Amino acid sequence: MPLEALDLSTEAGADQEFLYTLNFGPQHPATHTTLRLILTLDGETIVKAVPDIGYLHSGFEKLGEDLDFNQYVTIVDRMNYISPVANEIAWHHTVEKLLGIEITPRCKYIRTILAELARISDHLLCVGAAALDLGGLTAFLYAFNEREKIYNIIEQASGQRFHPSFTRVGGLMNDVTDDWVKLIRVFTNSFPKVHADVVRLLNRNKIFIDRTKGIGTLTKEEAINMSCTGPIARSAGVVRDLRKDEPYLAYGELAGSFKVACSKGGDCLARYLVRMEEMVQSVNIIKAAVENLPSGPVNLHTEDKLNIPDKAATYRSIEGLIQHFELFMWNRRFETPVNEVYGAHETANGELGFYLVSDGSAKAWRARTRPPSFIHFAIFPHLIEGHQISDIPAVLGSLNIIAAELDR
Amino acid sequence: MPLTESDVTWVQEPKLGLLGQLYLPAIADGLMTTVGHMFKKKVTELYPEQEPKLPPNYRGVHRLNRDSEGRTKCVACYMCATACPAHCIDIVAAPAPEGWKDREKYPETFVIDELRCIYCGMCEEACPVDAIELTTLYDLTGLSREQMIFDKEKLLSVFDVTTKAGTDPVRTRSGELGPASEPPPAK
Repeated sequence: MPLEALDLSTEAGADQEFLYTLNFGPQHPATHTTLRLILTLDGETIVKAVPDIGYLHSGFEKLGEDLDFNQYVTIVDRMNYISPVANEIAWHHTVEKLLGIEITPRCKYIRTILAELARISDHLLCVGAAALDLGGLTAFLYAFNEREKIYNIIEQASGQRFHPSFTRVGGLMNDVTDDWVKLIRVFTNSFPKVHADVVRLLNRNKIFIDRTKGIGTLTKEEAINMSCTGPIARSAGVVRDLRKDEPYLAYGELAGSFKVACSKGGDCLARYLVRMEEMVQSVNIIKAAVENLPSGPVNLHTEDKLNIPDKAATYRSIEGLIQHFELFMWNRRFETPVNEVYGAHETANGELGFYLVSDGSAKAWRARTRPPSFIHFAIFPHLIEGHQISDIPAVLGSLNIIAAELDR
Repeated sequence: MPLTESDVTWVQEPKLGLLGQLYLPAIADGLMTTVGHMFKKKVTELYPEQEPKLPPNYRGVHRLNRDSEGRTKCVACYMCATACPAHCIDIVAAPAPEGWKDREKYPETFVIDELRCIYCGMCEEACPVDAIELTTLYDLTGLSREQMIFDKEKLLSVFDVTTKAGTDPVRTRSGELGPASEPPPAK
């Protein structure tokens, strides 16, 4: 059935002379990335909003069919570039689910720590940018200074700050050092002070509360019906968190160290408060994970024939050399079952899932992404209708929509 | 495993009393926070004057390693070019010159497009003879696209520079020679 082209010019009630159409974005400071909204306005009140997506479409999913499971990690990095490590971990979780392998305990813990650092990094940016759009620059600067420390931690582990490409099938690129653990301890000690600073600047700020309270309200039923996940659903009273509901990585073992932050407000203020509380809980997880970090290998054994062997094994042993060549020759690589799997992680914005269809080769036949931003941008018209133009930055900031992930 | 009430912490909205309804106390509180930060340690880095402290496993510009005789270690096996997700490595293999007893092939040309490269480190992961590595050089600039396309000589010169400066990469444990670089067993 041919799809009907969406006519963006004619709006409901366009025959009414007092309504007019305003083009918001794709280049608008409040959208941060390339989002476009076509607004029908009655004075300053928004009667209708139509989001227009696709300005940052980069063909990531198609590249997933061209690159093998290890190479594609460099692309998923670039989807949600605010918390790239979380994407990598979710992608390789799906691949490992397809291959039916269980990673080592140490790898699980390191990945848990990295995923929580990514969550803090994402929430810090979201909270800071939301405040920035509403006129509070200072909280943004303090939050960004703390994100810098997270970048240093990731740089220390992987060798690159922004796009670490750190995970591999069945393990990590390399093991972490004791210095890395020290850096994390420093971070978990210094983070509560920064959190308190942001709380002092925003939580009791009458201007910030006036701009966010009662704006973009979402009820529990609507959140479920519109398949919201993550902090957006939890702030509307939906008690759901994949980390507790379907424990993956080390979350099952660390379940006692954290609680799920929920709120009943459903508005922009509730989303801000839930994110702030989630950061506190994330630090608790990191503290518990660092104290319980198991020793042992970070990658699977060479005999499992899934990991790139250590360089010493490649140079010195024939098994290592064979395994090394098996994984890099274009006509060998991974042997996968013909199967379809869906793997989802609770990332900072919500449920990030990968739907992976394998035809038995080393590349995915289809690597569909379920990005939280896509779902959350779809509810945006519902949240904004009836509010004023000046509420758009508040709602967009609270949803934390990343266009690279939205358009893929 | 469904969530129980004990797993959940319900976030409460901050209650603004009569004092909170006024703007002035919040302004004073905010100013105290920012003034407090003025006396803390400065976080700004003065970049060109102060070199950033990078970890030794930083992934920067590539280098082609030399063996003990000063020749390139590369055996033109194309593994790095195959592993590269950005397809930025271009190798032309040729029979090794007379007198190179330890290998049959060598790279006649070895070109890396540093503009295409995403510095993921998969080339050095794929290399079976410890020939290509990522160094800690990060301040890579050029005035034209041609300058950023590194050929074999330039990549070997990066090796000379980093060895002289003592900033050898640590990730692949450089210095340990691969089997292809060792002399063949005497018959």
